[in-house]
Amino acid sequence: MSLRLEQVTKRFGHVTAVDHVTLSIPEGEMFGFLGANGAGKTTTFRMILGLLEPTEGTITWRNKPINYNRSHIIGYLPEERGLYPKLKVKDQLIYLGRLRGLDKQTIIKEMKDWLERFKVPEYAEKRVEELSKGNQQKIQFIAAVLHKPELLILDEPFSGLDPINVELLKEAVRDLKNNGTTIVFSSHRMEHVEELCEHLCIMHRGKPVVHGALKEIKRSFGKKNIIIHADFPLDELSQFPGVVKAKPTAEGIHLQIEREEVSQHILAHIAGKGFVRKFALEEPSLNDIFIEKVGAAYE
Amino acid sequence: MNKFWIVLSHTYVTKLKAKPFIITTIITSLLMLAVTNLNDIIEFFSKDKTKIVGVIDQTGTLYKPFEAQLAQRGEKDIRLRPFQGSETDAKQRVQRGKLDALLVLAYDDQQLPKATYYANTIADSDIPKKMEQALQQVKTALATAKIGLKQEQIAQLYEPVSFHKIPLEKNAKTEEELDQARGLVYALVFAMYMFVLMYGSMIASEVATEKSSRVMEILISSVPPVQQMFGKILGVALLSLTQFAILFTLGFASLERNGKELLKFLGLGNIPVSTLVYAIVFFLLGYFLYATLFAVLGSMVSRVEDVQTMITPVTMLVVAAFFIAVFGLNAPESSFITITSFIPFFAPMIMFLRVGMLNVPIWEVALSLALLIGTIGFFAFLGSKIYRGGVLMYGKSTSLKDMKKALELTKK
Repeated sequence: MSLRLEQVTKRFGHVTAVDHVTLSIPEGEMFGFLGANGAGKTTTFRMILGLLEPTEGTITWRNKPINYNRSHIIGYLPEERGLYPKLKVKDQLIYLGRLRGLDKQTIIKEMKDWLERFKVPEYAEKRVEELSKGNQQKIQFIAAVLHKPELLILDEPFSGLDPINVELLKEAVRDLKNNGTTIVFSSHRMEHVEELCEHLCIMHRGKPVVHGALKEIKRSFGKKNIIIHADFPLDELSQFPGVVKAKPTAEGIHLQIEREEVSQHILAHIAGKGFVRKFALEEPSLNDIFIEKVGAAYE
Repeated sequence: MNKFWIVLSHTYVTKLKAKPFIITTIITSLLMLAVTNLNDIIEFFSKDKTKIVGVIDQTGTLYKPFEAQLAQRGEKDIRLRPFQGSETDAKQRVQRGKLDALLVLAYDDQQLPKATYYANTIADSDIPKKMEQALQQVKTALATAKIGLKQEQIAQLYEPVSFHKIPLEKNAKTEEELDQARGLVYALVFAMYMFVLMYGSMIASEVATEKSSRVMEILISSVPPVQQMFGKILGVALLSLTQFAILFTLGFASLERNGKELLKFLGLGNIPVSTLVYAIVFFLLGYFLYATLFAVLGSMVSRVEDVQTMITPVTMLVVAAFFIAVFGLNAPESSFITITSFIPFFAPMIMFLRVGMLNVPIWEVALSLALLIGTIGFFAFLGSKIYRGGVLMYGKSTSLKDMKKALELTKK
């Protein structure tokens, strides 16, 4: 009923790329994979797809291992973009689609819908090398989803796209999810994951350092942010007990605090000292969590 | 439909429709037509180029036999014209282009013919050579007549000696059969050589293109590498067979029309069925062996530019096999040839050469075939492993170390 990774480990010689990863990704969810470069994201994906065999552990989709007989239920957008440069978009999609078990008529119909949606219907007869990189990426995305996969794996789907196309693609991803596709994607961009995923996992050196539901992760992180804008100097607050980090800004200061309660002490402390334009208590951003967790693991 | 067939037909159809293929097919077809019709073409261009040669016969007796001799030899492109004026006059005429050349016939001190040839340039060796040969015969006739030999005696003198080679071993090929076999073996060895070099590198660069364009990662996530590799190899094989069929039909048809002698020379007139079967079997197996190797090597590089460097060692093997085969044509029984006919890389050409020319015991052929098939199997197995790992490896990879690394990638 879901994608399960059970104690999955991959070693290349002496290097352990993925280290005892256990994950469960519920069906119909969008799952975000975060991690610095070389954290093991792509290796994990390749193992899910069966391109690499795990050294230890098992990977199952709906309780069955994934192999070539089931490749038609899986869609994959690799991190390294690439299509046949000399082939027309149409022929390209027909070939890749047929390899995923579709027939020609279905492919052509689906292709038209998708090209229409991405506002590039005229590309069908163009050769891939004539398209810009961003547009090639759209075509590759279409190739990954043409066969309506149950499980869609997107490795850095938004990298190298302009903001308009990022929105276009995000919208498409969201629709796929609403239609029941289980989506796993990786990104360096925290805001994309924050925006799209209910569940996520932060990988560091092959190990998941954070794993769970986004809200849960944020809550259990404990630390919160305070934004204060005021007309008097706030620098002394960086020494305030319970403050972890302080970053002065043009209008005031950003603070990271250990616990929620600290905010009330600070509020009491600055009350009456002058004019406070803004005092906001905020959830930590995924960025904070990422830097903290991955940074801590570096030390 | 099976994914293997999708890969095969995709490879075949896209290559077939591609411009480079169409253009090379057209060019080679034209070349083929040109070569098989060479006689006609040369004749066509030299039709109006009859050379007019002025002849000053200082002896007064040589002109007639010389002309007769030339006519007897059937030389149509030389027209002789007796010249009555002085030598200087004639030379001037040559310079002015009225005459193409001037030939001065005279006797030497032994009363035998000699000649001097004048032309604006003597770059064209064809005309003077023909005249020289004709004069040589006139001279021979004169010289032999001097010592009183009769015409029949002269004929006897020049008749080639009778020299028959007869094999004692049973089933050994007769001289005539051997000549035919030699032509056929040569033609097929050459075809195999061309075929492997042309299409082998096509496979390697095809794989490398897929890899460098990174489309490979999508492909191997939907098709098992083995199916992908053999789909490609067979697709290209089919393509090359198409091209060969076109060329062969064209060449054969145009040879049938006007070059029966050449056909006979190549031994294509009446080929024994067994030889033909061997030819096909060895040809296909040889192709598979090299194609598999090329596919594996192609999967090892990440840039198309590196393909050439990578496949050079294998190309050298093909070239070596070709030269061994050429050597073997004249010494098919040497132990060197016998040994190399068992080495899988050379077997397709050398063992075929042996079965074509000698009476090879069946077990030897079987052993060679078994070794060849075994090697193909081994490389196909190893290849599909390396292929799978190789396509996931990017970076500069042109060494055996990378092959090992690629193999490790496919392990657990």
